[in-house]
This record gives sequence, C-alpha cells and structure tokens, in this order.
Amino acid sequence: MYCCLCGKDDYGEGKLLALAFEFSPIVERTAADAVTFDASGLDRLFGLPQDVAAAVARRAAESRVKASIAIASNPDAAICAARGFSGVSMIPYGDEAKFLGELPLGLLAPSPELQETLERWGIRRFRELGALPPLGIAERLGPEGLRLRELARGEAERKLLPLEDAARFEDEIELEYPVELLEPLAFLLARLLNGLTSSLATRALATNELRLRLRLENRETHERTLRLPVPSLDAKAFLKLMQLDLEAHPPQAPIVHVWMGANPVKPQAAQSGLFIPVAPEPVKLELTLARIKAIVGENRAGIAERLNTHRPDAFRMMECSLHVGQAGSLQRVVNPLADGAPSGPSSDRSHDRKGVVAGISKTSHNRKAGQGAGRGPGGPPYVLRLFRPPRPARVTVAAMGPSYIAAENIRGKVIELAGPWRTSGDWWTLDPWLRDEWDLALSDGALYRVYCEPRGWFVEGSYD
Amino acid sequence: MNAAVLKKQFESELGGLLDWQSRPAPDIVPTGIAEVDGAIGGLPRGSLTEIFGPASSGRTSLLISILATATARQESCALVDAGDAFDPASAEAAGVLLERVLWIRCGHNAEHALKAVDLLIQGGGFGLVAMDLGDTPPAIARRISMVSWFRLRRAVEYTPTVLVTLARQSNAKTCASLMLECARERVTWTGARPCSRLLRGMSIRVARRKPSATGAAHVLLPLW
Repeated sequence: MYCCLCGKDDYGEGKLLALAFEFSPIVERTAADAVTFDASGLDRLFGLPQDVAAAVARRAAESRVKASIAIASNPDAAICAARGFSGVSMIPYGDEAKFLGELPLGLLAPSPELQETLERWGIRRFRELGALPPLGIAERLGPEGLRLRELARGEAERKLLPLEDAARFEDEIELEYPVELLEPLAFLLARLLNGLTSSLATRALATNELRLRLRLENRETHERTLRLPVPSLDAKAFLKLMQLDLEAHPPQAPIVHVWMGANPVKPQAAQSGLFIPVAPEPVKLELTLARIKAIVGENRAGIAERLNTHRPDAFRMMECSLHVGQAGSLQRVVNPLADGAPSGPSSDRSHDRKGVVAGISKTSHNRKAGQGAGRGPGGPPYVLRLFRPPRPARVTVAAMGPSYIAAENIRGKVIELAGPWRTSGDWWTLDPWLRDEWDLALSDGALYRVYCEPRGWFVEGSYD
Repeated sequence: MNAAVLKKQFESELGGLLDWQSRPAPDIVPTGIAEVDGAIGGLPRGSLTEIFGPASSGRTSLLISILATATARQESCALVDAGDAFDPASAEAAGVLLERVLWIRCGHNAEHALKAVDLLIQGGGFGLVAMDLGDTPPAIARRISMVSWFRLRRAVEYTPTVLVTLARQSNAKTCASLMLECARERVTWTGARPCSRLLRGMSIRVARRKPSATGAAHVLLPLW
C-alpha cells in the first residue's frame, strides 16, 4: 500500500517530506510538489486503509499542509490519483483502471512526439489508452508507449526510490499571536506531542527525553527538558508532565514560537513475574511525583541518601526515578536535589556506623544495640524524630548539666539525663562543627536529644 | 420482587445459604516486632491502620519497623512526612532500605500530606504508604475532615497497599480498620552519674483499640 501527497508547500520545502516521514521511513521525493511513501503496516496502527488516509489527512491539517492524498496498491496509481483528484482518494486493489479512467493523459507527462501521436489518434484519457491492445502499442509506440499504457491502467509496478531518513524527531510551531497562558499552550503542545509520538511509533521507537524550547516575545528562550525513567509513547502522560513542569517553571514572557524534540530510543520490553512484588508503573509514578512536587515543592520528594560524613543529619535527596528493577524495586538515579546538611569531605562511611567521631564516643556505647539488622534483644531500635530546623532552647544549667529546658512546644524540668557526648568534625574546612549532646528525660514524660554548640542550645529531636 | 425474595429463591435452587455479603479476609503483613504480631496479628492490606500515642511512646519505632519489614520484602514504600521528622540515619540503623522508600517532606503542612497520600494511593503500586502526622498539633490533625479519611479508606480498599498513619491521637476513627495505641512504660538508664550514665532504651506497650480492644504487646526498644 502506497500513499502519495501532492500539493503546494506554502511554509517551506520540507513540510510535505516531514509529514511523510512522520508515517513511514520509506519516502520518495516524486516531484517538487509530490511525495510518496510506503504505507504498508500502518493498518496495524490505524486500522483500515480509510483510517490510515484519515490519519494522514488529520495530521496534514494540523501541520497546515494543503495536499491531496491518495492511497493505492502501487505508487504510480497513487501518484496519478493524487495529481488528478483533490481531497482524499482511496483506490481499491484491482479497480485502478476504472478509478483512473477519466483522468487526462497530460498527467502522465508523455514526450511531445508521443502526445501528438496520441492526440491524432483521438486518445485523450487514461481509459482510452488503457483499452488499446498492448501488442499494437508496442509495435507502433515502442517501450515508452507500453509504459504509458501500464500507467494508465494503474498496473505499473516499481519500487520507491527512498530518501535517507533524517531521523530527526522534532517539530515546531510559529505562532501568529503570542500565547500568554499555559492552557492554550497545552493545545499546541498536544499537537506537537501527538505528531512526535506517532512518528516514533511508526518506526517502532519510543522516547525517554523530550526537549521543549519556547521563544518568548522579549527575544529570550525558555528551555525545559523532560526526562523519563523508561522509554514511553504515552502522549497524554507527556502532556501532563509538561504542563506540571511549566506550571512550576513558567516562562517569563508570552510565547511566540514552540519547538519540541524527542530523543528516540528503543522501547523497553520487560517481562514481569508472578512472584515479583508490585511496583509503581514508571510513567504513572513520574506523573504522580510531578503532581506531588507541584504541591510540596521541587526538592522535597525523592529518595534519601546518607552522606559520607559524620555531620549530624547529613543526607541528600536523590531524584526519585523509580523504575521496576528485577525485583520490582525502586531505583534512583544520581541527580541530587537538596542536602539535609552541608556535607563534609569524604571519610570512610563505616567509621560513621562504628561510631567513633571525636572526644567521648557516645555511639560506641549507646548505638551498638540496634546495629545491623536493627534488632536488639527486644524489639526494633528506638529511633529519633528530628526537628527540622532544630528548635532553639533556653536551658538552665546546674552542676550535673541541664536542669530546665524551654523551647517551642517543649517545656519541662529535667528528670534524668545522660551526657555530654562531645562530637566534632570538618575542623579542616571552612564549615566546622562542634557540639555537646545530652539525652534528657523531661517532666512531660518525653525523651529528647539536646545539644549545645557555640551558637547556643538546641533541641535536635525526640526519641520515639 | 425485592432482594430478600430473590436471595431465598437462589438459596432454594442452590440448596444452601448464600454468603454474598461477607468479604474475604484481608492479606496480613507483619510489623516486624514478634510481640506485636503475636498480639494483634499484623497489618491488613487494603485498609487504613492508625498508630497513635504521645511523644516518646515508641510509635515512630513501630512505624520504622513496619517500613523495614516492607522494604525487606522488596516492596516499594512511600513515607509522607508531614512534620519533616524522618531521620534517615535512625531508619537505616533500624534496617530500612532507604533506596526503596520514597520520602515526601511536606514542610509541616498536614493538608499537603493528605493530598500526597491520596495521589500515591491513586497512582498505585506501593506496598506500604505511611503518613506521619506525629508532630502535627492535635488541633490541626482534628481539622482533617472525616470525608478525607473516608476517601483514603475507599481509595486503598481492594489494593495491595498497607496504609498506615501515625499521629498523637486517633483521627480516622471509624475509617481505620486497625487502631494501635502506643504508650511508654519504662525508660532504661544505666551507669552512674554524671559520665557513665547511658540511655539504654524504653519498654512500650502496643494495644489494639480496633476492631476489638483486646490484645496488647509489651516491647523493649533498645536505643539504636
């Protein structure tokens, strides 16, 4: 099955070709105003041949290409129909001669001598030439006449001379009026995304990266890149992700030009198992995360990774690009979002777990109980709830240590205490830290960790 | 013809009583604490479980233990942290695989936490979704309407997700399928003052308040 697009290209020479390449990698530049492409296999994507024709026509309208479209079983019949009839033409297999019969012979562009001869014979239409006996034509007009007869009957068989596929998955729209709101922009994005995804789908490809470039009225450019954990072709999900991203990072001026490009990759084929724990669907999860980040903030959703330092509460949030691994696990990519505390220079992490920091080691006594699998002699280890940021406290100090604490929502007499445990680190950098820690039981019944540093007293958290 | 008549006709045709209203028992997952599992039987999937108790009552330790057990089962977990109180170091020491936990920090905003939990449950695929309202003042937590809790309960129903909330007091009320109340019993200190004194841990009591107020476990939590 072949499809021919014939028409004037008002917006530059590449529009017809780009449209054809959206549907097939085998495209022939038939003439300056016509391109032909191999449409076999498109029925699996779109359905019946008329559905294929409708899809091509719809995309042509979206791309503002005014072209007549013809689908036939051979390329020359499609070309003749596209040149001879306006709109969309479908030529059923076997009915080519009947369908093309009324077209004038001039469409076949015969040589002037041959055309003069045929006119003298009174033959002006395809049907009249097709009715002549082939032997007589061959004797009188030679191979060229025979070729013209085959074309007129729609029986000519040949291969397309395909152009090299540029494999550039990008599209753009120049706007007549600047777009200020994101809602109308979404319609334009949807159009570009539909084109790109259908173009990728026809080549059995998917994308894991979409690039959006918006040219603004103030001559600046606003660029956004959307990376996906797994290749996908879900245009609706892409659109929603882009909308959320643009809501979080809106352009600073009205938009006058939209360009979008997709990175083509092979689609992911994964075999799931009956006994693998359920895991979030990657694209759906990406969408959920984008929605959540729009609510809580860009850097506030992800996977925590502890930093290789002894500094308290040192972690960073990793970009949560969760995708299904072999065991259905969440996985992360190295893309730090925000740190919980500034990291010091690297030191052996195992040191941190073993506890010796500086001065008196609290962890060497206290924190061994729940190490490893986190199971002591009884239940799980008693964990700390942190106050972020630590709550400044007013502390009355007696001979044995703090005797009274007052901080935000915390007030009480110290009933029992342990400490101080002195820790320090990063003294060789511009951002050293030094603190004395106490574990306190207050009269309100709760257990807290408080510390004293040069800036004052703070409640770090409560044991819970 | 009403439903009762139809039911009788079916029963007479089939020759036995039809049990069409009882639901199958939910799948139960362990909390990771043998004493608690022995007393309450574990946490039901597809249901809302509420853990509540005052500060330093071991409720966070129980939640972290549930997280550790879920991550050990290779499940994807999400922790929606309304008070930004999660300590990765404590959690890792308790056996939580941090790379399996999606941590959402809501910056002391309970409303954001509710929305995030709703989105996570609607998205699906998580074995455990936990919402930590432990530092949210009771007055604010009580402002969460029953409609929101009911919505969460319906959203998680018929999914393999365990939804756990943690707060100072019970908020979900009738929407929770299982309610566990934590209370501290005794704090263990060792050594002589001042320098050798150490906080060793605490023993807590975990009591079931719903579906029936029977079953309680005494757990000793050592300091990590």
